[in-house]
Amino acid sequence: MARDHHQLRKLAIVPAYNEQGMVGRVVRDIHRQAPDFDVVVIDDGSVDNTAAEAQASGAVVVRHPFNLGIGGAMQSGFKYALRNDYDVAAQVDGDGQHKPAHLEDLLAKLHTSGDEADMVCGSRFRGDPGYKVPIGRRVGNLIFSVVLTAITRRRITDPTSGFRITNRRGIELFARDYPHDYPEVEAILMLHAHRLRLHEVPVRMNARGFGKSSIDYPRSAYYMAKVLLALFIGLFRRRPTPIEEPPDTSEGTAPGAAVSGAREAPRGG
Amino acid sequence: MLDLSSVLSLAAGAPLDARVRIVAVIVTAVMLGVVLELVRRRRLIERYALLWMVVALVLLVLAVWNQLLAHVSHAIGIEVPANALFIAGLAVAFLMLLHFSVITSRLSEETKILAQEIARLDAEARAARAAGTNGDAANGHSEKPAEQEAEAQPGSSARTPDQ
Repeated sequence: MARDHHQLRKLAIVPAYNEQGMVGRVVRDIHRQAPDFDVVVIDDGSVDNTAAEAQASGAVVVRHPFNLGIGGAMQSGFKYALRNDYDVAAQVDGDGQHKPAHLEDLLAKLHTSGDEADMVCGSRFRGDPGYKVPIGRRVGNLIFSVVLTAITRRRITDPTSGFRITNRRGIELFARDYPHDYPEVEAILMLHAHRLRLHEVPVRMNARGFGKSSIDYPRSAYYMAKVLLALFIGLFRRRPTPIEEPPDTSEGTAPGAAVSGAREAPRGG
Repeated sequence: MLDLSSVLSLAAGAPLDARVRIVAVIVTAVMLGVVLELVRRRRLIERYALLWMVVALVLLVLAVWNQLLAHVSHAIGIEVPANALFIAGLAVAFLMLLHFSVITSRLSEETKILAQEIARLDAEARAARAAGTNGDAANGHSEKPAEQEAEAQPGSSARTPDQ
């Protein structure tokens, strides 16, 4: 049987790299504002007290022995979610940019029992972003948005947003395969290639509470080039589709059973 | 000597032969194709693919845009543009090798850390398992306090501390 909406096991994945000043507050905010989410902090090889702060605030902490980057950190989170049998996993950045209060909005849009969406992204550009988004970010975001909208035939306004929630299908996909660096945009293409559905809901974000963005000027050129290359190559890649086609099979059986059956499907090759 | 250098200076700035340029274009096109195919097959990650693509593009530009090569070689005091191309190619190859040596060094450092971490975890897991099985043998479940466990010889005091 499909689990009731409130019985779903939900996980908030908090990737954090040298965020000792923020991560504790992020974890406590999640506990307060989205209390039915468990929290795992992925300490991506921090050299400060990130892990201790996260532990003290009551999160499970997964520590990387060295820095893997945001892609590796998030994949660790998805692997943790898969291993511990979570139905839903959200990304909430450890720098405090994402407001945990919006988790309920994302979750509401994600009907894990229906086939409406497999991932829901919080978009800054479907309403008031909540802070002044730098112009360079806006332009870069617009380019990716146009490219992805053309590929997926679906209006995607904020492909660089990391504030997302996904169901079991997304967890299984990303636990197996997730882009190395600057993964957000490419992950949307992966979803599309695997015929999983994406929705957006408007969210407001905070300007970064602590520290600076990891993406400075020379890196943003690399960011653009890398992601555009990945999108281009991604169009020509054969993807092992991890889950059987859901639309036709879902009417007879309960969706939960359909998903667990698909788990035994061959693991691609 | 003076005569020789004046003869060479006549050759300086002479554009590359058209055949050479065609070959260069073909070589860079093949190079780009191979790089893209490697990325598609996941044998090469985008970060390094971009490096090779930049090199291929620079080669392509220099091959097609003759004046640029002539200007550059003149600016650095090399009379025959083809020689400038050789020097540049060598320098780029050298820098890439150095770059990969740096990356290899980092990878071996990370591998060492991984091996050490796994060894530590393995030792901890074996210690925990040993403690767990001793506890199981002694009192049926392993949640009993450690000081009892330390005294109890496995087997001799079996099942006694259950109350």
